[in-house]
Amino acid sequence: MAELGAGILHGGDLAFNYQERELNERLKRLYPAVNEEETPLPRSWSPKDKYSYIGLSQNNLRVHYKGHGKNHKDAASVRATHPIPAACGIYYFEVKIVSKGRDGYMGIGLSAQGVNMNRLPGWDKHSYGYHGDDGHSFCSSGTGQPYGPTFTTGDVIGCCVNLINNTCFYTKNGHSLGGIVMNVVSHPHPPPPHPQPNLYPTVGLQTPGEIVDANFGQQPFVFDIEDYMSEWRAKIQGIIERFPIAERLGEWQSVLQNMVSSYLVHHGYCATATSFARATETTIQEEQTSIKNRQRIQKLVLAGRVGEAIEATQQLYPGLLEHNPNLLFMLKCRQFVEMVNGTDSEVRCFTTRSPKSQDSYPGSPSMSPRHGASNPHLHGTGADSPTCSNGVSSGKNKQSHNKYPGLSSSSSSSSSSSPSSANYSESNSTDSTKSQQHSSTSNQETSDSEMEIEAEHYSNGVLENSSTRIMNGTYKHEEILQADDSSLGNGLAEEGCTPRLLCGGNQAATERMIQFGRELQGLNEQLCREYGKNATHKQMLQDAFSLLAYSDPWNCPVGQQLDPMQRESVCATLNSAILESQNLPKQPPLMLALGQATECLQLMARVRSGSCSFARVDSFLH
Amino acid sequence: MACLLEAPLRISVLSEVTASSRHYVDRLFDPDPQKVLLGVIDMKNAVIGNNKQKANLIVLGAVPRLLYLLQQDSSGAELRTECAVVLGSLAMGTENNVKSLVDCHIIPALLQGLLSQDLKFIEACLRCLRTVFISTVTPVQLLYTDAAVIPHLMSLLSRSRRTQEYICQIFSHCCKTPDHQTILYNHGAIQNIAHLLISFSYKVQMQALKCFSVLAYENPQVSMTLVNVLVDGELLSQVFVRMMQRDKPIEMQLTAAKCLTYMCRAGAIRTDDNCIVLKTLPCLVRMCSKERLLEERVDGAETLAYLIEPDVELQRIASITDHLIAMLADYFKYPSSVSAITDIKRLDHDLKHAHELRQAAFKLYASLGANDEDIRKKIIETENMMDRIVSGLSESSIKVRLAAVRCLHSLSRSVQQLRTSFQDHAVWKPLMKLLQNAPEEVLVMASSTLCNLLLEFSPSKEPILESGAIDLLCSLTQSESPALRVNGIWALMNMAFQAEQKIKMDILRALSTEQLFRLLSDPDVNVLMKTLGLLRNLLSTRPHIDQIMSSHGKQIMQAVTLILEGEHNIEVKEQTLCILANIADGTTAKDLIMINDDILQKIKYYMGHSNVKLQLAATFCISNLIWNEEDGSQERQDRLREMGFVDILHKLTQSADPSLCDRAKTAMQQYLA
Repeated sequence: MAELGAGILHGGDLAFNYQERELNERLKRLYPAVNEEETPLPRSWSPKDKYSYIGLSQNNLRVHYKGHGKNHKDAASVRATHPIPAACGIYYFEVKIVSKGRDGYMGIGLSAQGVNMNRLPGWDKHSYGYHGDDGHSFCSSGTGQPYGPTFTTGDVIGCCVNLINNTCFYTKNGHSLGGIVMNVVSHPHPPPPHPQPNLYPTVGLQTPGEIVDANFGQQPFVFDIEDYMSEWRAKIQGIIERFPIAERLGEWQSVLQNMVSSYLVHHGYCATATSFARATETTIQEEQTSIKNRQRIQKLVLAGRVGEAIEATQQLYPGLLEHNPNLLFMLKCRQFVEMVNGTDSEVRCFTTRSPKSQDSYPGSPSMSPRHGASNPHLHGTGADSPTCSNGVSSGKNKQSHNKYPGLSSSSSSSSSSSPSSANYSESNSTDSTKSQQHSSTSNQETSDSEMEIEAEHYSNGVLENSSTRIMNGTYKHEEILQADDSSLGNGLAEEGCTPRLLCGGNQAATERMIQFGRELQGLNEQLCREYGKNATHKQMLQDAFSLLAYSDPWNCPVGQQLDPMQRESVCATLNSAILESQNLPKQPPLMLALGQATECLQLMARVRSGSCSFARVDSFLH
Repeated sequence: MACLLEAPLRISVLSEVTASSRHYVDRLFDPDPQKVLLGVIDMKNAVIGNNKQKANLIVLGAVPRLLYLLQQDSSGAELRTECAVVLGSLAMGTENNVKSLVDCHIIPALLQGLLSQDLKFIEACLRCLRTVFISTVTPVQLLYTDAAVIPHLMSLLSRSRRTQEYICQIFSHCCKTPDHQTILYNHGAIQNIAHLLISFSYKVQMQALKCFSVLAYENPQVSMTLVNVLVDGELLSQVFVRMMQRDKPIEMQLTAAKCLTYMCRAGAIRTDDNCIVLKTLPCLVRMCSKERLLEERVDGAETLAYLIEPDVELQRIASITDHLIAMLADYFKYPSSVSAITDIKRLDHDLKHAHELRQAAFKLYASLGANDEDIRKKIIETENMMDRIVSGLSESSIKVRLAAVRCLHSLSRSVQQLRTSFQDHAVWKPLMKLLQNAPEEVLVMASSTLCNLLLEFSPSKEPILESGAIDLLCSLTQSESPALRVNGIWALMNMAFQAEQKIKMDILRALSTEQLFRLLSDPDVNVLMKTLGLLRNLLSTRPHIDQIMSSHGKQIMQAVTLILEGEHNIEVKEQTLCILANIADGTTAKDLIMINDDILQKIKYYMGHSNVKLQLAATFCISNLIWNEEDGSQERQDRLREMGFVDILHKLTQSADPSLCDRAKTAMQQYLA
């Protein structure tokens, strides 16, 4: 790098940055379950949490002794900047002995915050250490146990904590020296009043000249810790997979069938649900027609035809929207947005060109969200980030209206789902088989409105904060249109080059939209009078109207609203409301279970139960 | 009584069963081929998991008929396949079933069947062959009698996953000797099987892996080939390393570790290669842990013992890895007191494996302690270690006895332990007992251990002598086995070292001079060396020298002459010259040399030899002869001066070798005094 003429200093910086990046990548790979915002990982020694005889250098990674070193009263330790998060499951760091100094009285190990630093690790309560001079292991006691070989200059000593079974072991030059049971109170249930304190990586030195370098992941480890982790990952997954259900096998099966069936019904996959019920000889609680009705309404919403959806709801479920003015308001706001979009039937009737271009809904598998990762850190890597394109709201967009919906959705929409793109013009498919098994003729890869869950095609989410509200959405909206107006189907060529225009570019439509906007405002005022001011409504309205302030609403700061993806939350809310009105659960048990499992794992991390790191919900979802 | 009452009932049940079985056999002879087929299918369903039924059908002669139907082209593919399936099912039964099938020449018939074009039929035949061959009662040689079989099996490897699995399994069970390895190797086994290691089927992977482990075992040719094999662009050793990853099934980890171990021992992989040091060794140590099944622990310990046996660095690493030495102590705790209480099945299981566990632990301890004194100390300090070895020496199982004595042998290389633990536990007692009548391999180890126990500083030496070791060792020198002869004479040599006169005479008497001279012309150079060593030890301290030379002088001088004239290596000659030097140290014995011109000429010759060691020994001899203050030294000096020795000595004082130079100067001083 220095060759580039950037100068040595610059070159050094680059090298440092490179190391920093490598550290981040390694830590992420080793401890994927750790949320570093909550519990940062140790990355260096703490300049504050050390005895005065300890000196630090080289980015606080090198430790040297600067005391007198007369006797054990001159021992000195230093802890890492942060304790080991329980979500690591298994944690590992290494220390290279740069020099054994005068006597090589060095201790490598762990200690809790507050343990006396004028000591070597292992001598006191809540501390553990492996000592170089005699090779003994000290477990919270002044007398060590014969443990391993001695160590000296040039050796690399590692320390591994297993928070799953509360053991630790040390390594020397890449060789595991054998496990030690840490004298920790085992986890009774409920959790003990004084849980095991957080442990910090710790080193202690005692005689002049002793120097050690730490490796918290800055460099590859000498010991193959990932191999050790893989064994535990396999072990814990094995425990889950082989969870004994022997006597309750039948019960178990019916629970699973019920979960699948209720999920299908919830989302209105009527035909699939029926054939599933037939195959498993189970019954469906809800009536066929009811499912079909919901399916129809959902499809209307997802197709952007909210006006029709409202009509259908009022007709099929009289009183629902009247009793639920907030829902009605939300739907109307969406309807307004769809009018801007040119998709709502109230404006579409004015346009001559096919509405298809606006209808296209990015239900392509490529942007289906992964499973509700309510915590962005659970997924972490960039590749996974567009996870909340539908259904999954990550924290801030809990409400179905989003001013600036998740970054992720915007990134996905910019790639392929923008309504103007001609990518989704499947309109020439006039296939009208009874079930919606229509074969996609477009370049939309795997598309089927029926629930064919494929690898990436999983389109549900779990909402954060244990509300576990689930939305679903890999619908495509063509079917309903095909059924409704078969006159469509010529749009392809035309749409390819048509620019997006407000209300499809039709004057009459625009007027209708303005009028509708006034009605919407009126509705808001009416609601204010009846129920008092509602900040949410105000915001929704403001966002929707803001679209008109820009010449190109699709490319404006609030243009995100026009993304068809935004229909999903509206759709799910409406669906839940209908189900609730029919005295049916507003969310399917499958998603409840999924949300519960995710939540449970987070709870385990908080109560320091290490196995949470290897029991990942996503490793059981395919 | 109960038995008597029950008996008639059993017979009646049996006859019923036989009657129904007969019906199945009868249907095989139906003239309507369709009915025969249905009959075979019914038979198939009837025998599954029913050993009694299988035995009945075999007794009633179903096998020859099934084989006949299987061999007839006219039977049709379906019937032939079903016949092979039923035969395969019969083979799944008891050992006796397999024996009967083999006696009916099932193997050639099935091998013939492999020539068919029908894949289903081939698979059924292979499956049956597999079942027959994995039985211990089947002679593996049957696979190799027809030279065309192996190449044909190789060609069938590409047909399907099933053929791959069955054929690999047949190979791995039928590859028992270096010859078998060579045959399979020459027919391209490595190239044909290597890519199966990355098969999608776990079963195929496993069987292929097992194949490689048996092919590579103690076979440098195979091993050297294996290290260069690429599988999908990856070196085979790396594929094996991947299979040892800790999330892989234990069976796979263990077998992959075996492959790498065998390749390493055959010299194809260096012992300091990371794939051995950081992967194979730790993997095998893990296999010894309490969490593993008893079988796996046995296998792991034995393989590890084999891996580290020749390399002290690997021994050191293993000794610090995961507390292996303490871990092995658990191997002696079966059956545990817990298992006896909990259930009888567990007790049975533990009992079955107890011997295997103990011998595996002993083997591994033997390897661990082979070279490093610190490791030996750690082993002996393990709880009750010496007691365990002592009781292991007298166990009924030969395997355990052998392993225990190997372990003892390894530990007996420690001077410190010989003086302490060995004495405290009187290990010589069971060892002597073991030597009384044991198979040869046990004898070799035991006598070798005895050699160490007879070292001069060992406190065990006395009691061993008293227990009649001399006769026993003398009889060993007459053994057919060179290893036993060496150990016998070696032990006698150690025994004679600085021994008292009586012992030396006892040895000479028990061995007899005839046997001594026979040993001096032994084809095994080690035997010769140790015999010379014995002579040298016998001929030490002046009174002993004179006494022995007065009684055996003539023969000894003859033998010495013979050896000095013969074609022997430097060490042998040196040892012989040392014997001469010892004789020259006697009082009366000196004359035996002085009157022997021939010998004196030989000494002179060796003083001028190009090898310093020989020069040194020969000079030593002369120095002893001319030593002042002894009777007749003047005459000897004069005589030797006449023979020209002084000139030689003078020359040697100019030698570049300091010790030779010193020795010559000391000798010259005798003349000057």
